[in-house]
Amino acid sequence: MTVPTHHPGDTLLIDYAGGALDEAVSLAVATHLALCPCCRLNVAEMEAVGGALLEEIEPEAVDPTSLEAVLARLDEHPPLPRAAAPVRPSKPVPVPLIPEPLRRYIGDDPSRLPWTRLMRGMDCCDIPLSRTLSGPPGSRSKARLMRLGPGVGPPHHTHRGIELTLVLDGGFTDDLGQFGRGDLSVADGSIRHRPVADEEGCLCLAVTDGLLRFTGALGLILNPFVKF
Amino acid sequence: MVRPLVPRAPFPLNAPMQDIGSPDAGSDQTLEDRLLAVGRDRDRAAFAALFGHFAPRLKAYLRRQGCDAAGAEELVQEVMLLVWRRAETYDPAQASASTWVFTIARNKRIDVLRREQRPEIDPDDPALVPALVPDRPESADRRLETQESAGRLRAALKDLPPEQAELLRLAYFEDKPHSVISIERGIPLGTVKSRLRLAMERLRKALRDTA
Ligand SMILES: [Zn+2]
Repeated sequence: MTVPTHHPGDTLLIDYAGGALDEAVSLAVATHLALCPCCRLNVAEMEAVGGALLEEIEPEAVDPTSLEAVLARLDEHPPLPRAAAPVRPSKPVPVPLIPEPLRRYIGDDPSRLPWTRLMRGMDCCDIPLSRTLSGPPGSRSKARLMRLGPGVGPPHHTHRGIELTLVLDGGFTDDLGQFGRGDLSVADGSIRHRPVADEEGCLCLAVTDGLLRFTGALGLILNPFVKF
Repeated sequence: MVRPLVPRAPFPLNAPMQDIGSPDAGSDQTLEDRLLAVGRDRDRAAFAALFGHFAPRLKAYLRRQGCDAAGAEELVQEVMLLVWRRAETYDPAQASASTWVFTIARNKRIDVLRREQRPEIDPDDPALVPALVPDRPESADRRLETQESAGRLRAALKDLPPEQAELLRLAYFEDKPHSVISIERGIPLGTVKSRLRLAMERLRKALRDTA
């Protein structure tokens, strides 16, 4: 198995470790983590930073009755069962195409998803998130799966806000290089790029960042990757 | 190094309470020991001690995340109940007690305050690409190493240039991604990124330095 060469970078990983990213962006970062041991180590260290910051925060006294209240509730809360140790199968299990946590959102067989055709050689499928039903429309990041045929690329565009693209299968090439399974492309407004799917086509997770909240008023999002 | 931080809260007199965060608490039991005791023996005294240490910090953390005082109190209790219920899964070789509690609090506040799921990897997923060097030293060594690196980390945190430390706290405590911090604080995005990167570089060095 190869490891990715395009990573989220420290600042996005810090946002993830601190819990500042919303669900859609977290989904792209976490799915990259499943495929990238190097970034997993980074996030573990960033969580340690979170622990150290919690340790040195100026504490705020809690209600004097609080401990008693919690102690009184302990018996209602038996320990959560420890997850059963995974059974090690004698035969190597086939590697699912879609890693967790994305798999629990869309399953492992993209061909069964309700795809919508955007243009010739380009299909998409929105991924339902916790917020989809409750949040104000357009207020949050969106996540969708994209499927591109060989050599297909969207029209030229620049980004408003930030767009994350995580390759799950196949790959694409743009000004920044070649992107294969596990590679994460982070594009912001400063980048004008022209992704084109490789010969085998490309299956990817595309996410727009919540910054759309701030830029949405400025104009239409031109990129069909991110126009929801 | 732990500093004496928590003002002695007026806990019920019958509760075995001390702030184990202060070096003069008269106990050589670490937070990790207490957490393990809760997981192993359902030790209520150990839990009460953990509560004394973490609850005021969790309250401060949740207040900075935008909770009002009453909401923070409630959420602190929920987080501490999760600590009670999950203590059995705590592995001192993987993380310090503070780090473990931090991740529980972070996920709980995302769940409660934002009503969102937090997507995380599944360590047992067959699709997970394993680390190239999976060999880990013996668990006892790892535990010591984790404790020592947590100490070095806290020292390094104190030595960060103030503008880096401030941004780091914003990033961890204010539920805002760095792009939003940049807009709200009027600090150019490039500056925010480079300060966070520099801070992380220094902290990473402290964490990894085994000399
Ligand atoms: Zn990576």
